[in-house]
Amino acid sequence: MTQHTVHKVDLAPQSARRTESFWSRVIRQRQLILMSFPMVLYVLLFAYGPIWGWLMAFQNYKPGFSITDQTWVGFDQFRFLFMDEGFTRVLRNTIAMSFISLILGFVTAIGLALLMNEIKKTGIKRLIQTISYLPHFLSWVIVTGLVSMALSTEGGIINVVLMKLHLIDKPILWLGEGKYFWGIVGLTNVWKEVGWNTIIYLAAIASVDPSLYEAAEVDGAGRFRKIWNVTLPGIRPVIVILLIMNVGWILNGGGFDIQYFLGNGQVLDWSETIDIFVLKYGLRIGNYSLGVAAGIFKTVVSIVLLYCANTIAKRLGEERLI
Amino acid sequence: MQTVRSKFKTEPFLFHTFNYLFMLFVVVVTLYPFLNTLAISFNSGIDTTRGGIYVWPREWTLKNYEAVFLSGRVFDAFWVSVARTVIGTVVSVFLTAMLAYTISRKEYIFRKPVTLIFVLTMYFSAGLIPSYFLIKDLNLLNTFLVYILFPGAGAGLISAFNMLVVRTYIRSLPESLIESAKIDGASDFKVFMSIILPLCTPVLATIALFTAVGQWNSWFDTFIFASSRQELSTLQYELMKMLSSTVNSNANPSLSSTAAKDTATMITPLSIRAAITIVASVPILFVYPFLQRHFVAGLQLGSVKE
Repeated sequence: MTQHTVHKVDLAPQSARRTESFWSRVIRQRQLILMSFPMVLYVLLFAYGPIWGWLMAFQNYKPGFSITDQTWVGFDQFRFLFMDEGFTRVLRNTIAMSFISLILGFVTAIGLALLMNEIKKTGIKRLIQTISYLPHFLSWVIVTGLVSMALSTEGGIINVVLMKLHLIDKPILWLGEGKYFWGIVGLTNVWKEVGWNTIIYLAAIASVDPSLYEAAEVDGAGRFRKIWNVTLPGIRPVIVILLIMNVGWILNGGGFDIQYFLGNGQVLDWSETIDIFVLKYGLRIGNYSLGVAAGIFKTVVSIVLLYCANTIAKRLGEERLI
Repeated sequence: MQTVRSKFKTEPFLFHTFNYLFMLFVVVVTLYPFLNTLAISFNSGIDTTRGGIYVWPREWTLKNYEAVFLSGRVFDAFWVSVARTVIGTVVSVFLTAMLAYTISRKEYIFRKPVTLIFVLTMYFSAGLIPSYFLIKDLNLLNTFLVYILFPGAGAGLISAFNMLVVRTYIRSLPESLIESAKIDGASDFKVFMSIILPLCTPVLATIALFTAVGQWNSWFDTFIFASSRQELSTLQYELMKMLSSTVNSNANPSLSSTAAKDTATMITPLSIRAAITIVASVPILFVYPFLQRHFVAGLQLGSVKE
């Protein structure tokens, strides 16, 4: 019986609802609240709760004592971090690998989507798409395993093909030299995700107004002119929003797993990123405070970058994320 | 006239020839590493070390797979992977759908703060070390529960991205369905269970795939939170342990010649690794083509802004 009256209110006109007090709305929507608050508590505990641990970055944390019984050192850890030549190199590697992966990823995905879009036979197109999604579903453990096998000096396919084409005389130790590492990270990312990333671009291309193509055709535009003048401007909003999202991930260094698995003693100066640095200081060396400081730096810069990109997009009248 | 017509014919022909050749290149580059691993996994380990195995085995054998499944560690790890994938996916999909329903209701007073709290997690992470201490303080270290609860890559109880995908899908359903159910006296929970859930099957299949892939492929949580208990080891973690020992030998070839080669059983670390790689990837590769239509639509939904 009470249920019935409750829902009469629910369907009442907007004006009647606005006069309702906050608490009576809370009571009326108790089921929605019960359905969402357990998950809110979960995310507050597991995703936001660890912020408490950020205090460690301002201390000289010694395991065995509680976080409130530590010596406070202010910004010393951050100062140490930026004075450290090692961290400057880590920062350089992170940003370089992010940019390489970002640019390669965008160009190849947009290019592949444009070319796939020119295939008119639906069956063949579907088959190529299905195959191109495959690497996305493989774990990083497997992908880096395949990459290290392909790059191996003992019959790895890359060396075999390059030798057959007489481009090189003897196998190259790809994973043993720092100068190749950034490129390997970028291309590995492309191999894994390029097919997957075409999904969004293909959808955007499909939603471009067909009459624009007809008009361009009347004006005598060929295939490439139509791509340049109609398709690319048509999918610009999607490109912009994906760029904004990716700017927020620029300090991820193009992924953690590749560097963790493919990095090794010989290429350390080129492969170490912030995430690896945190892992090393936190779990191997046990200098938690420094690791946390590096982690805070990463999170704060990411949020600031995301905010900036979003604001710039807003100024330019482009699509925004938030 | 003649030249114009021939221009119209040759341009598409040349373009399409180039395009199909390029697509063939993409397909070969995508499939080759996987097919090569498949061939190695069915080839005798000792024979593989002679080189020259590309996409077809030379000396067929099932020994590699036998060794993988007879090794208790890999076999147990396989079942842990299955368990975390099934339990993690079922729980997460249900809770994500329920949360998505609440934030799809325009009248819900906490709709905006709840949405924001979850969306922020897509960009914000408190970091590895603080998370480790939290898990430790909650006594979740070395427990199966950490696989379900830890909000790591693609795992965790709720993924904000999946939540947004389902929310957008629910909004595309006719509002009159929900309203008429409410007039009949159905509560929000009832509406969710008996109307929303059945109608959401396609989008739930999509996020189930995303979640299952995240769970199945996860190795980092095992490595950080559960590595000291062998019975909690997962397939990806077992593979990772094998891989880290071989990558270093690729960077330093002198090491790989000293790697153990068991001549009696004809098995090498490389062939075992190939077999585990296939075991760890085949389950997902068999599922995703059947869900392709759904996840393509789901991804497009997810990209729609509020």
